[in-house]
Amino acid sequence: MPLAADSNEKFSAYAHPERLVSTQWLADALAAGGSEGKLVVVESDEDVLLYETGHIPGAVKIDWHTDLNDPDARDYIDGNAFARLAGSKGISRDSTIVLYGDKSNWWAAYALWVFTLFGHEDVRLLDGGRDKWIAEGRELTTDETTVTAVEYPVVERNDAPIRAFKEDVLAHFGNPLIDVRSPEEYTGQRTHMPAYPQEGAMRGGHIPTAASIPWARAAAADGTYRSREELEALYLDEAGLKPGDDVVAYCRIGERSSHTWFALKYLLGFDTVRNYDGSWTEWGNAVRVPITRGSERGELPVGR
Amino acid sequence: MSISALPTALAEIVDDFQALEERERLQLLLEFSRSLPDLPPRLLDHPQLLEQVVECQTPLFLTVETEVEEGSPVVHLYFKAPQEAPTTRGFAGVLHEGLDGLSAEEILAVPDDMPDLLGLTRAITPLRMRGMSAMLGRIKRQVAAAQRLPAH
Repeated sequence: MPLAADSNEKFSAYAHPERLVSTQWLADALAAGGSEGKLVVVESDEDVLLYETGHIPGAVKIDWHTDLNDPDARDYIDGNAFARLAGSKGISRDSTIVLYGDKSNWWAAYALWVFTLFGHEDVRLLDGGRDKWIAEGRELTTDETTVTAVEYPVVERNDAPIRAFKEDVLAHFGNPLIDVRSPEEYTGQRTHMPAYPQEGAMRGGHIPTAASIPWARAAAADGTYRSREELEALYLDEAGLKPGDDVVAYCRIGERSSHTWFALKYLLGFDTVRNYDGSWTEWGNAVRVPITRGSERGELPVGR
Repeated sequence: MSISALPTALAEIVDDFQALEERERLQLLLEFSRSLPDLPPRLLDHPQLLEQVVECQTPLFLTVETEVEEGSPVVHLYFKAPQEAPTTRGFAGVLHEGLDGLSAEEILAVPDDMPDLLGLTRAITPLRMRGMSAMLGRIKRQVAAAQRLPAH
């Protein structure tokens, strides 16, 4: 039996309000003892040491790079590795997982997306993430979390519903694409995030017809998701999405677009939203794929 | 490259890292992040005197100054990185403890791939390690540039 959803008024306007919890909901759930081990709180940050400087009491850490990425191939871990990882963190198949992290949950949303590839049913985001929890003066600890390892079943990843590959994107032309990178990356002025390492894309620009909605515009100043009304203004009015659209979101390696994927899928209720994790570091290096430079969305490639 | 090519303080730090298990190496890096000294007020008030290391994932600024101490010029290093960026601060802390107070020649002789010796690449990932290599590169470039000017 999963934990009850947060009945917070802001969330009730979202298509799937049960996917978000507020800091107060989490504090209450922790004070109530996490419903006897049914609740697992997971911190996922960009900085691999941030968790160690202080985390929500009882939270475990999952690092996007060392835990979720395959160490060799550019891919995610397989069902066996995921079962080992989840089990070692005390996560059962029926656990309620609450993910939170730094930078408006950017990496937490990415981890949530990976958990969804494995079909983990009840995985939620802490609205506002680590920064909001801290801003509200809530408890942090450096005490090591004692974990009782459990059995997690080996479930094969099911990529198709929420993950797009390059070939899928080529076949997707004519349907909407959302580019969530910075305006400078979208126009092709630069191939990496401002103030971020150059990760080596050969070409600058965007996938033709993609609308530019930088990911952070979906977040308010306190790191929480914007209201349903504000999100609709952004993605329906500005990007031009229509209810029922089949949408692909992308960024540079698929992390920022996980944050947008979450907003489209769970907050606005688009059924078919895929995250193209190959993103610009693949597309900007691929041979003979169409690219548009500049601030215009660009024409549908001929023959598509 | 071997540890013997490194200045004493830096060689000791590398030894300390290598003596530990991977998990404990992260803890040691965290300790270095805590021991990174704050900027002196005269630099705090003049952020334009610092150079940003854009290769780091989080904003990191640094500068070097040469001073004559006991008759010979030595280099001092200054770093600024936010508390929410412990990995970046940890790298800066290692370089500060390992290089601060050395001569320009000693710093310029540090091999560019020295960060690889810490044995953190697997736990930190190559992408994040690149930030530390970039820091060292910028320190060496600033030291080389300062050498062409008289010490003050």
